[in-house]
Amino acid sequence: MKESNHPMIQMQDVSYRYEKENVLEHINMTINEGVFLGIVGPNGSGKSTMLKLMLGLLKVQSGQIKLFGQEIGKFKDWQKIGFVSQKANSFNTGFPATVFEVVASGLTKKIGLFKFMKKEDKQKVLEAIGSVGLIQFKNRNIGELSGGQQQRVFIARALVSDPKLLILDEPTVGVDARHVLSFYGMLENLNKERGITLLLVTHDIGTISDKVTHVACMNKSLHFHGETAEFENLDTNEMSAFYGHDVHILSHEHHHHGGTGQ
Amino acid sequence: MISAIFQYEFLQNAFLTGMIIGVVAPLLGVYIVVRRLSLIADALSHVTLAGIAASLLLEKKILGLSGLNPIYLGMAFSVTGSLFIEKLRSVYKHYQELAIPIILSGGTGLSVIFISLADGFNTDLFGYLFGSVSAVSRADLWLILIISIIIIATIIILYKELFLLSFDEEHAKASGIAARSVHFIFIVMVALVIAASMRIVGILLVSALMTLPVAASMRIAKGFKQTIFYSIVFGEVSVLGGLMLAYYLDLAPGGTIVLIAVLILIITILIKKLTSSRPARAH
Repeated sequence: MKESNHPMIQMQDVSYRYEKENVLEHINMTINEGVFLGIVGPNGSGKSTMLKLMLGLLKVQSGQIKLFGQEIGKFKDWQKIGFVSQKANSFNTGFPATVFEVVASGLTKKIGLFKFMKKEDKQKVLEAIGSVGLIQFKNRNIGELSGGQQQRVFIARALVSDPKLLILDEPTVGVDARHVLSFYGMLENLNKERGITLLLVTHDIGTISDKVTHVACMNKSLHFHGETAEFENLDTNEMSAFYGHDVHILSHEHHHHGGTGQ
Repeated sequence: MISAIFQYEFLQNAFLTGMIIGVVAPLLGVYIVVRRLSLIADALSHVTLAGIAASLLLEKKILGLSGLNPIYLGMAFSVTGSLFIEKLRSVYKHYQELAIPIILSGGTGLSVIFISLADGFNTDLFGYLFGSVSAVSRADLWLILIISIIIIATIIILYKELFLLSFDEEHAKASGIAARSVHFIFIVMVALVIAASMRIVGILLVSALMTLPVAASMRIAKGFKQTIFYSIVFGEVSVLGGLMLAYYLDLAPGGTIVLIAVLILIITILIKKLTSSRPARAH
């Protein structure tokens, strides 16, 4: 899906501090519908803080954030935003639940209290499982899957309530290196075919540079935000200045696109 | 045996009550086990004992109270204890398991004091500790039946909320589920089931009936619903088999019920061992 001019997230002069330490400084960024944005930055660069602010888990201290054009304090449509946290990797893998049951739990709020799952809901669950390429595992216990497959299950759980925007925080931590590429390939498909806007936080810019449409580099403040091609033409000196050491931006053109298969 | 059941009301009471708790104890046990709260059942059963002892003491010292069924005070103590556990868990956020030894020893301490004050009880107390085939009254049966219907209905109605809370508490909170209220309802249900089960299986072994069938079920079940189903089947087999053995061999049913549950657990572990020689991973 092409980028449109509908802003999904607008941040104006957003700063944040924990006690005495500045974590975010004057962030100005507009994220438009349809993009697949990779947010990169070293550890402690404020990436996670920025996500928490966008998700309303932290209160804005200074500046302004708008979600879908609406001031975040008044925003109610949280179902439009799906979130897959890093923590998804540390769940109880011995939990006796099938892939279907876990994905269905993503509908809990949408179905509502005192109501039961209907046929359409079950259909939605199956579609979400299908869109992450795990339909043949729908009746497996989640603990029997590999780390990468488990992470797909959590993406399906986020997708099942039809979000317009999916935010992923370091989703490949704990995923077997062999499956990381196909994992990103699946995300690329979600963006291109289902038109879901993706916001991916990672420190692994090398691997995603040929999947994402846009890149944002931050280290407390925003150093770069633009299209991937533009990013790849950046002077390595500029990048080194921002990371504080030598960085080599790898291009992965030699990799074939794995799609959703394993 | 079958003819004896038709003949004696006390046997009918014991078997019907056993059939009911054979369902509800493992049913709540599934949630307790997957949420890693197994020891809460132990703590609450000891608090229930304090309630029973208090009731028996009152009955002995104040003659006018001889009609009071100890199960009421047992339930009151158990529910109060569950609220204390919740309070302690929020006070000691980083040491949540501390709540369990605090409540468990507090409950046991209270029980010991009540029992000493009463200068010991007759055989009654033995029945509460280890279960009894003959002590279940018709009034107990009705009370346990009503409580169990309420609990089963609550679990059906809150099924998806309880599932999400058990699987991923953080996600439950983030997605706007009333996680605190659901957890509160859950812990009160646990307290009620413990008090309801003690007549049959005994206070010291209630937690076994809530956890052993689940432990066995998790070895072989696919998914959460199946885990619940097998847990109830195993719980039911343990309770009914245990009651029958206890009746014929003149033993306290708590022991026979738990031993059957242990036997089922061993069998499921062996079955799992034998069938999983092929690779279990998905790829």
